[in-house]
Amino acid sequence: MEKPSEPKKINFLSLLTKDQDFLRLMTITVAVFVAMSLMRPKLFLTVNNFTSMGYQIAELGFFSLAMMMVMITGGRDLSMVGISNLSGIIAALVLHNAYLKELSGINLWISIAAAFLIAIAVGIACGLFNGLIVSSLGVPPMLVTLGTLNLFTGIGIILTRGEAISKFPAEFLYFGNHTFLSVPIPLWLLIGALILTGVILNKTRYGFELKFIGSNYIASLFAGMRNKKVLMRTYIYSGILSAIIGMEVLSRTDSAKADFGTNYTFQAILCAVLGATNPNGGYAKVSCMALSLVTLQFLSSGFSMLRLGGYFKEFAWGVMLLLALTSNYLIEKRKLKKSLSIYSNKTQKKSLKA
Amino acid sequence: MADIVNVKNMYKSFFGVLALDGMNFSIGEGEIRCLIGENGCGKSTLIKIISGFYTFDKGSLYINGKEYKKITPIESMNEGIQVIYQDFSLFPNMTIAENVMMYSSIRSKSQFVNWKNMKNRAQETLDRIKFDIDIDKYVYELNVAEKQMVAICRAIAQDAKLIIMDEPTTALTAKEVENLFKVVSELKSRGVSVLFVSHKLDEVLKISDSFTVMRNGKNVYECKDKKLSKEDLIFYMTGKKISEERFNFIKTDEKPLMQVKNYTLQDKFYDINFSLYKGEILGITGLLGCGRNELAKSLFGIMPATSGNIVINSENIGIIRNVQHALKYNIGYVPEDRITEGLHMEQTIADNSISVIIGSLVGKNGLLDDKKVRKKKQETLSLIPIAGMRPLNPAKSLSGGNQQKLVLAKWLAANPQILVLNSPTVGVDVGAKNEIHNIIKGLAKEGIGIIVISDDIPEIMTLCNRVFIMKDGYIVDERNIAETTMEELEAQIALEDSKAEETA
Repeated sequence: MEKPSEPKKINFLSLLTKDQDFLRLMTITVAVFVAMSLMRPKLFLTVNNFTSMGYQIAELGFFSLAMMMVMITGGRDLSMVGISNLSGIIAALVLHNAYLKELSGINLWISIAAAFLIAIAVGIACGLFNGLIVSSLGVPPMLVTLGTLNLFTGIGIILTRGEAISKFPAEFLYFGNHTFLSVPIPLWLLIGALILTGVILNKTRYGFELKFIGSNYIASLFAGMRNKKVLMRTYIYSGILSAIIGMEVLSRTDSAKADFGTNYTFQAILCAVLGATNPNGGYAKVSCMALSLVTLQFLSSGFSMLRLGGYFKEFAWGVMLLLALTSNYLIEKRKLKKSLSIYSNKTQKKSLKA
Repeated sequence: MADIVNVKNMYKSFFGVLALDGMNFSIGEGEIRCLIGENGCGKSTLIKIISGFYTFDKGSLYINGKEYKKITPIESMNEGIQVIYQDFSLFPNMTIAENVMMYSSIRSKSQFVNWKNMKNRAQETLDRIKFDIDIDKYVYELNVAEKQMVAICRAIAQDAKLIIMDEPTTALTAKEVENLFKVVSELKSRGVSVLFVSHKLDEVLKISDSFTVMRNGKNVYECKDKKLSKEDLIFYMTGKKISEERFNFIKTDEKPLMQVKNYTLQDKFYDINFSLYKGEILGITGLLGCGRNELAKSLFGIMPATSGNIVINSENIGIIRNVQHALKYNIGYVPEDRITEGLHMEQTIADNSISVIIGSLVGKNGLLDDKKVRKKKQETLSLIPIAGMRPLNPAKSLSGGNQQKLVLAKWLAANPQILVLNSPTVGVDVGAKNEIHNIIKGLAKEGIGIIVISDDIPEIMTLCNRVFIMKDGYIVDERNIAETTMEELEAQIALEDSKAEETA
């Protein structure tokens, strides 16, 4: 009998070759990178381009991470952009006030900190609201979050009367538009969020239960897992990520609008699915998601450099989502077949011996 | 007598496992045949090949004298073969008439539905088997027996020549079974053949003209007359005289481990009273719908009881409110349906093994302790050996019996003092069944109090030392296994059934 054991030492090289999802995505990423470099070497392979991609990638990155976490439960969070804008708007009201009063020194920093805290509180509240409805009423997440998206956006429109709020203290605008160690600050935030999410997913009880609840809700209940609590936390986490990126948008664009970045919802789904997240729940990998994010950013910048219009991008994203879904499905199917045949070959050999 | 279906020397394998191994089978016109065999012997594969769901690897298939190399479900239906599965595959949101005439309306070329014509024809069909019910009723309003009749009518409406019924009597009361048999005889007199797939030997012996016994994908015995005893059938099914040792319980502790007092869940079960001792295996049996399933779930807090209380180790803990509450008192539960309730099929075998105890593997820093996690996975998976298993493969790569072992193992990891096993060997093949029985007996010897809920009487006989019989939500009888026989127990369950009907 085979001794149940797991690889004890994690060898990076063996991990790379063993993890097929990662390997596959790495190939795609490198291929896209090479293709773009060859087609527009003078534009693509520049420090400027990479810095600007660093600023752009953070927004899609946060939304994709949030979507990935909710997708592990088997749900979708369509309200992320709504949460992000609403937290941004409420924080904007505080910051605009600080700008008008021309606060400085300690008072200014207190109001900036307050704006951050308020934004995150709004994110938590919105996530809690989503989580409560999904976990206690059992309404399909897609419908709940579609409803709350309109609700949150609506509140945002009422607060801003449909106009953009702008003019904030320069100290606040700094973090969305500057680099630290020549890496854009938003990108630092994203790297932090990726690491944090990876730890949560792989090293905590919550992460373990999240994957299990996503792959079989009822069996998790029977195993004594805290289903509702886990669902709730997931939507809250999504809310917090959305709120943080709401602040980043506010800082980068110097304005808060109720209908900013509505395209991100779809792109986040694409990014998560391309990054080997199982849309039916139960499986996701932060490393793959990060690669898929980089690939999409390369493509997005590349398309602009090739002067392909915005409509073409939409079309390309749609095609890619369909391709990613089908290929994931086929790969899953092949994996299962392989594991089954290994198993049956073994038992057959055994019965032959006996 | 012409053969409707004739299967010769047929082979079929799934991923290298032989499901049919040179199977021979035939059924003639107006014949009532029973196909019996243990779980996993290839019965359902055979049916699915005949009905066109699976293709076969080798061999020949003749239907109404015509040879088919490949057959699609539609061709099979056109040849007059109808399968009634256990769940009947009806549409609950539609009326009886719509369900009965479903295929005929789909097949007609017209884009419109002729309601008057459809209802008339549905009514005719119902009349043919003397099934008296309003055809405008919705199917969700019907009870199990009525649904079955609708499914039979649907088969007849398509001029079925052969109706295959998969485990048709599992959910029926004795009276309903009798009624079903009347209908079957009626069908026979019209020249329709019926193939029962069942493991309920008593009923099968009563109605069938002939038997086919399957084992390991082969036809091991066929007989055209009824002179066959139950013991013979069991022998042919399992290939051995069943010689599983009975469980021998020695009371080591006079104090009961768990006492259930006046436990009641409104509309499901009432006034349940019993004591469970350390190292005891207690059986609870009864017909489907008698409340045994609900009782099992309420003992684990999934369906909390409405009144009564439970005493564990002399501590009154009231009603078990939820799963966490049950876990606190070290109660484990192995569910009936391991696919939807027992395992996380997509997750790895190793992760499944620690899914119950994950909360105890958190280190001081709030993160999972990798060392502990690895150690527990190894420990748990060596509690019950699973042949040919790879810990990092998903749980769905295991066979049914091995999946059940994994469910048991993950619960053993939690060190339960009380284990509730709901149908522990349903859908498990004979060999694995024996193994699982031995594991359960071993656990009892280690001092765990075990409650087995099952409708498998032989299982109750070998596993338990005491058994309760439930009927309509009440415990109606208690027996010591040492002082009863399988026949007595079966008679008792049937008796309780008919008694209740008389009083009703």
